[in-house]
Amino acid sequence: MSVHEAVIRLAREESGHVLALLAHRFGDLDLADEAVQDALLSASQWSTIPDNPPAWLYTVARNNAVDRIRRADAERRRIHSAAPELLAEAGSQQGGYEETPMIVEHSDVGDEQLRLLLLCCHPALERDTQVALTLRLVGGLTTAEIAAAFFVPEATLAQRIVRAKRKIRDAAIPLSIPARLDDRVDALLTVLYLVFNEGYLSRGDTPGIRVDLVEEAIRLTRRAAEVLPDSAEVDGLLALELFTHARTAARLVEGELVLLDDQERGAWDGELIGEANAILFAALRRMHPGPFQLQAIIAAHHANALTAAATDWNAIVAAYRQLAAIAPSPVVTLNHSVAVSMAEGPRAGLRMLDTVAGLDDYYLYWAARGEMLARAGETSAAVVALRGARLRVQNAVEQRHLDRRIEALSGMTGGCAFRQ
Amino acid sequence: MEYMILIHETTRNETPTAAPGTPEFEQYMGAWMTYNQQLIDSGNFIGGGRLQSSLTATTLRRSGGSDSVTDGPFAETKEQLGGYYLVTADDLDEALRLAAAMPIDNVSLEIRPLEFRPEAILTPDVR
Repeated sequence: MSVHEAVIRLAREESGHVLALLAHRFGDLDLADEAVQDALLSASQWSTIPDNPPAWLYTVARNNAVDRIRRADAERRRIHSAAPELLAEAGSQQGGYEETPMIVEHSDVGDEQLRLLLLCCHPALERDTQVALTLRLVGGLTTAEIAAAFFVPEATLAQRIVRAKRKIRDAAIPLSIPARLDDRVDALLTVLYLVFNEGYLSRGDTPGIRVDLVEEAIRLTRRAAEVLPDSAEVDGLLALELFTHARTAARLVEGELVLLDDQERGAWDGELIGEANAILFAALRRMHPGPFQLQAIIAAHHANALTAAATDWNAIVAAYRQLAAIAPSPVVTLNHSVAVSMAEGPRAGLRMLDTVAGLDDYYLYWAARGEMLARAGETSAAVVALRGARLRVQNAVEQRHLDRRIEALSGMTGGCAFRQ
Repeated sequence: MEYMILIHETTRNETPTAAPGTPEFEQYMGAWMTYNQQLIDSGNFIGGGRLQSSLTATTLRRSGGSDSVTDGPFAETKEQLGGYYLVTADDLDEALRLAAAMPIDNVSLEIRPLEFRPEAILTPDVR
């Protein structure tokens, strides 16, 4: 492993732990972040990789933090002797940086990790900011990597993070484990799922350049599952992500999208599916159902069906019915109607789809309508709906897929009329 | 930390819902008295009060050194400032808990940390 690879790995896998520990110990997120960033910068100058990089990172970052406090103290003393009136109330919360034994074992930092994760997903921060902070502070991604992953200018993202850190400091958003943990865990799971979806849906867009958000999301979800051993929903999310990820190789073939029905199931990652099955099974035994577990159940039915025809659509419809009962949303109804169209036929699916409101700008609504109409034999209406989807989709892979579908169906209607 | 909780009411009733002396009024006031007493007992209370209707508001605007006085609140919006609390709390989560315990519905509570308050320095041990 090159030094460069080792430093990236250290940043991704360990910097979140170290930052969480230091932030808790010094009660200062900004200080901890700066100290860790400085240490990672020093690491990039390594001539050889130390025996224990995490321990190295912790020690260097901690020393950086102490240095920064000492420098700030010296600065304050200088100002104090020169202009005491400037110091009415500044910097009253210092201290607490005595030497303590090194803690780098993962099991010992669970609470600090959880505090940091919950802080990044605090409801007082905007959702986009929660996502950016989580990836930056817990995931150890750089601002440039996150900006590229979400297609936003780096300056915009950097400013978002600076503002968030300022608000955390000035409004005193605490690094604490709240009494009502469940609400906060829900926010955390939403953030992790957003990261996963962003990676999954934009996959294949610009391969090789962007950080793989799917893998980052899975890594962070695994970490969240470690620090939240009592949450069945975290495991539900992890299982859902693994089931979905397991189909990656078959979903994109030579850069082109392949629909679930047409995927080469032998190319699915059986090992990941096995792991996801085990995680989901253990989660379900806790008898605390939730939306992520239900979505994982649906994904499990797909992942464990040997052929598309063997898919148990009735079981999937039942899971969607439960999902709609506990977490109703237009998107759930949309997916529910697709399952109904498979279990009971396209007409039944279309009837349910007609009840969906507010998704007129969502390309998958039009794509689902188009496919159901096509199966119902209403080819020209299907083409119109698919054109609606094509107008609204951003992702190039999905665009090409829709183009192919529209062309195939237009051919069936002899439809030069639909060509532009 | 000190936080201002600004009570923006979305459906402020310009006419009182219950007349003083009725059980409904007693129940309404009782909830507020309990809330206030809890804030005082826990040491979180610094100050607070309910404003009269925004119909009573007058705005003085100064621009380039010249003043103009107009009838009405600063901004004609659906939400109007109806009152405020000034509290001391360890962190934002505690301030949010205090705000969430307020016996009021159809409301937006804006919670903002104070940067500076003259008497906080003059009398440092308010709490």
